[in-house]
Amino acid sequence: MTDETTHALALVPEDLPTPENFLRPHRIVMLLLLAGLVVAIAVFMRWDWLPRYLPWLGSGTLVSLAMLFSTAILGFLLAVPLGLVQVTGPWFLKVLARLFCTVIRGTPLLLQLWLLYYGLGSLFPQFPWIRHSFLWPYLREAWPYGVAALTLSFAAYEGEVMRGAFAGVPQGELEAARAYGMGRWTMFRRIWLPRAVHRALPTLNGETVLQLKSTPLVATITVVDVYAVISKVRQETYLTYEPLLLLALIYMCLTGILVVAFRYFENRIPTRGA
Amino acid sequence: MAADSFINWSLLALAAPGWGGVLLQGFLHSIEIAVGGYALGLLLGVGGAFGKLYGGPVLRDLLECYTTIVRAVPELVLILLLYYAGTDFLNQFLGAMGIATVDISGLAAGIFVIGVVQGAYSTEVLRGAIKAVPAGQIEAARAYGMSPGKVLRRITLPAMLPYAIPGLANLWLIATKDTALLAVVGFSELTLVTRQAAGTTKAYLLFFCAAGALYLVLTLVSNLFIGIIERHARRGFAERR
Repeated sequence: MTDETTHALALVPEDLPTPENFLRPHRIVMLLLLAGLVVAIAVFMRWDWLPRYLPWLGSGTLVSLAMLFSTAILGFLLAVPLGLVQVTGPWFLKVLARLFCTVIRGTPLLLQLWLLYYGLGSLFPQFPWIRHSFLWPYLREAWPYGVAALTLSFAAYEGEVMRGAFAGVPQGELEAARAYGMGRWTMFRRIWLPRAVHRALPTLNGETVLQLKSTPLVATITVVDVYAVISKVRQETYLTYEPLLLLALIYMCLTGILVVAFRYFENRIPTRGA
Repeated sequence: MAADSFINWSLLALAAPGWGGVLLQGFLHSIEIAVGGYALGLLLGVGGAFGKLYGGPVLRDLLECYTTIVRAVPELVLILLLYYAGTDFLNQFLGAMGIATVDISGLAAGIFVIGVVQGAYSTEVLRGAIKAVPAGQIEAARAYGMSPGKVLRRITLPAMLPYAIPGLANLWLIATKDTALLAVVGFSELTLVTRQAAGTTKAYLLFFCAAGALYLVLTLVSNLFIGIIERHARRGFAERR
């Protein structure tokens, strides 16, 4: 996925309105209309179920966030070697990494999730040594499969980004590092990786926002995230729109917070410019 | 435990006891929805991009809301919302018009849902591409007295295409994969029929891998065509590094 596509799919810091030019006459009218809509939704729709489910909604949101951050971090750790071997590795590792990225990026995440959960989940109990291993109590639960699927997917998309970022670091900087007598590992740690991450940062942040949008899929394998809580509300209250609107609002808030946080971090990194 | 006890290839047979035919049918549905949704998304995207670039302040802000909401809310949630809201709204509208309510086909609803989501993405892609067209070309067209429609048809759309194609190609691949999300609302596309087949026969790995192979083939074949189209659209450009 190119940087522009990530930009088109995920909200990025540049999309946030700036305070200076935000309040113009037509915007004030639109905001008033929006406020009227919100009031109408609050008054005319049913929200009496909300207090009862609030604790579950809170814990569900935490599960969603835990899914997001754990898989983004694990996925990034996996993406660095995936990107690196595609730039400088031996040919068989290159082929393997390319194959991995192509397969994961070429199939829907939902299918991968179900393949891991239903497929591997039905396969594991047939091996006695897995059932007797210390991992078995975890493998019987749903969340490890969710984490695995989301991690692999993030790693595949991010691996492509890191490949481009590693390849884009100017050769002269690496030569300079070598000329200073740095070993391969020192050069990687001090020059190559930081420069590549710096280059990839905007895309990385966009991909993380996209990852947040993928997390509700884990609800389909019985992980109780915020989406699953809302599904439960819908089943128990027979309401269609209210819980879904609330869910959309929750995700919009989460995305907004994420984007604002990324803008803060991106601004803290010094870049050369006028 | 022998390996062949896992793999029972006859389950994939096309005829009735095997599920191959059902899978292919689901695959066909997936492609239909992807094509329809992508086309609808492109229409919305062209309109949205021009509205965002040349529209009045109110239209611009409304379109900004549309793209922001779609880009901030998970596709799964949007699909549920649009699926219920879209079918409900249409039936209420028909009821108000005095026409009997219709049972909206899953196919039409799926195309609508994927189209609305894709529309926001292609709005952003196309807006970026149109902005990449040198302003002088559009000014020259205006100076020749072309009407806005003609400028669009003869200059802006053809000139922006090379810039838009990589993004649009990615959107097509995303559309094919987003169809899998319709499994959650119960539309029998490839992923859902695969799960049904796997659940019935208990051959989970076999069926999910088979479906994965089908999706992968679709992606790889698409990539082949994308490569050809991209080369065609970029002829005359300096070689990209």
